[in-house]
Amino acid sequence: MASTTQIEVCSIGKKYGKFKALGDINLGIAEGEFLSLLGPSGSGKTTLLTLIGGYDAPSSGRLLFDGQDMTNWPAKQRGFGMVFQGYALFPHLTVAENIAFPLKVQKRSKAQIADRVAQMVEMVGLSGHEAKKPTALSGGQQQRVALARALAYEPKVLLLDEPFSALDKNLRGQMQEELRRLHRDLGTTFVFVTHDQEEALALSTHIAIFNHGELQQIGTPEEVYERPANRFTAEFLGDINLLSLDGSTGCLAETAIELPKTIAGQSHLAIRPEHMRLAADDDAIQLPVRLRDRVYLGSKSRLLLETSGGEELMLYLDNDPTDMRPGSELRVAWDARDSFAV
Amino acid sequence: MRAFLFLICPLLLFLGCSYLLPFLGIMQLSFSDPDPGLAQYRHVLSDPLTLSVIWRTLRICAIVTVVSVIAAYIITLLWVRGRPLVRSLTELCIMIPFWISVLSRAFGWMSMLSNRGLLNTWLKDLGLIDASLQMTRNEFAVVIGMSHYLIPFAVFPLATAIRNVDERVLTAADGMGASRLRIFWQVFLPMTASGIIGATLLVFVFSIGFFVTPALLGGGQSVLIAELIYLWIFQIPQWGMAAAMSVILMIAVGGILVLLMRRYGEVAK
Ligand SMILES: Nc1ncnc2c1ncn2[C@@H]1O[C@H](COP(=O)(O)OP(=O)(O)O)[C@@H](O)[C@H]1O
Ligand SMILES: [Mg+2]
Repeated sequence: MASTTQIEVCSIGKKYGKFKALGDINLGIAEGEFLSLLGPSGSGKTTLLTLIGGYDAPSSGRLLFDGQDMTNWPAKQRGFGMVFQGYALFPHLTVAENIAFPLKVQKRSKAQIADRVAQMVEMVGLSGHEAKKPTALSGGQQQRVALARALAYEPKVLLLDEPFSALDKNLRGQMQEELRRLHRDLGTTFVFVTHDQEEALALSTHIAIFNHGELQQIGTPEEVYERPANRFTAEFLGDINLLSLDGSTGCLAETAIELPKTIAGQSHLAIRPEHMRLAADDDAIQLPVRLRDRVYLGSKSRLLLETSGGEELMLYLDNDPTDMRPGSELRVAWDARDSFAV
Repeated sequence: MRAFLFLICPLLLFLGCSYLLPFLGIMQLSFSDPDPGLAQYRHVLSDPLTLSVIWRTLRICAIVTVVSVIAAYIITLLWVRGRPLVRSLTELCIMIPFWISVLSRAFGWMSMLSNRGLLNTWLKDLGLIDASLQMTRNEFAVVIGMSHYLIPFAVFPLATAIRNVDERVLTAADGMGASRLRIFWQVFLPMTASGIIGATLLVFVFSIGFFVTPALLGGGQSVLIAELIYLWIFQIPQWGMAAAMSVILMIAVGGILVLLMRRYGEVAK
């Protein structure tokens, strides 16, 4: 994929009165990318999306589109599609009329509009619902109308603000599938806001992680998951085992386990649960732990462990018949390359 | 549940004595005075003079309703969506009329609109007119006076609807390139339809029974139904006719209410 930078966010900041909602944000979005803005509630994701869409003006910094300064362009001039949180459908218009609205604004011919609406209805799988009002639709269907309306005029960029947060888990999975397919088929740039890390990992080509209005890290899902830049990112992206480091010895605290790499200035060693295992005799690292609990999950079991220093660990075990009771003394191991200091 | 019924008893008793009994009396009058049967109704609905009063009432009330709802819509927009200063001023202007009796307001308009009133004097001083304009004792004055009274009542249903408009929907329309005019006519206005219907109903139903304002500002020149009933009771006693007219008025108002609520019940919630 040709990755020319389409949107550039340069030192963007946003203040509401004295409150700093966004710090000094710098990031680039390539054409055709699926970028997720991920972060806990209140971290400034919607604010950044709103600024990119042109629905609000930044307090500082510049926005570029294909190299042109678009900072002062109003939303209509940018012409990006937007799926608002809560969908923001026109409640008094039918599905077809909702989708047709932006096309009517563009003064396209009646025949063109009818064609395009039919095409969009088909694309999002709403055939047969054209004449219904939004209130007569389920959450998932409203979601599809919002998507169809935002995509109707073939925008170069589609912005989505937590589009699936109101849907139940099954439906969310299905809609995620459809969004992936849409992105693949259309090749449009998607900027997608979510607070759900699994959703971000599953959908995106790139993820930008936010906390307290600051960009924590940006990268591919693999990069941010496997090599988190800091502890916040590591913890936010999924379960993680953290072990205290002893700064003076470069060892794990209260053990003699020396780490292969010297890790200066970091306080914890982090290992994802799926990279931790029960130690075999030939493992280099062997950390003694005590079993606190074992949770049967069907295809696997989750072991909850405790180190001698009282730190909690977790790992997954393919089911085996060994009878381990809470209180058993075990040893865990991991490959040094799977661990990172934070 | 028992206790609840017991507690509500006094109210039912009061309503029964003060509304139901007199109403039954009026029903009885309408079918018996002076002729038993439907004679009074037949007369009311065939007498050209009476019919012209009914027709005028409907016409004036329709005009008043349109004027009031449009004016109230603009006022409500200022009140709900204006800048803070505009908001508080508008709120004051909406509230003040509630503290002034309908009688004082009618007299106020008379001193404003009469031949030697404030408005005519000003217009003459400015040299815009030579002779006084006839602005009282006609339908114009009645419409002004009634609308003035009814506008605040139209504001409240409109305010509820306008407050409920989801700002993001307007933002979405703007982002799609819709002009302000288009957003207002095709998005904002339809989204407040429930409030418009509610306000229209309220004002129309209220206006049909108006007595003081049209009597004073109309100066006997534009008699409406309520004034006609008054005449039939106190000036040319025809109590049976007055009663029949009252019953018709009640049924008409009730009928309009039921019809419109059926039709728009789901929109107006
Ligand atoms: N219009 C506004 N006025 C004042 N504060 C705002 C406004 N919009 C957002 N904020 C604040 O900015 C912060 C970031 O908000 P937002 O971008 O909506 O977060 P997110 O979408 O990540 O949940 C929040 O603390 C929020 O309270
Ligand atoms: Mg948000």
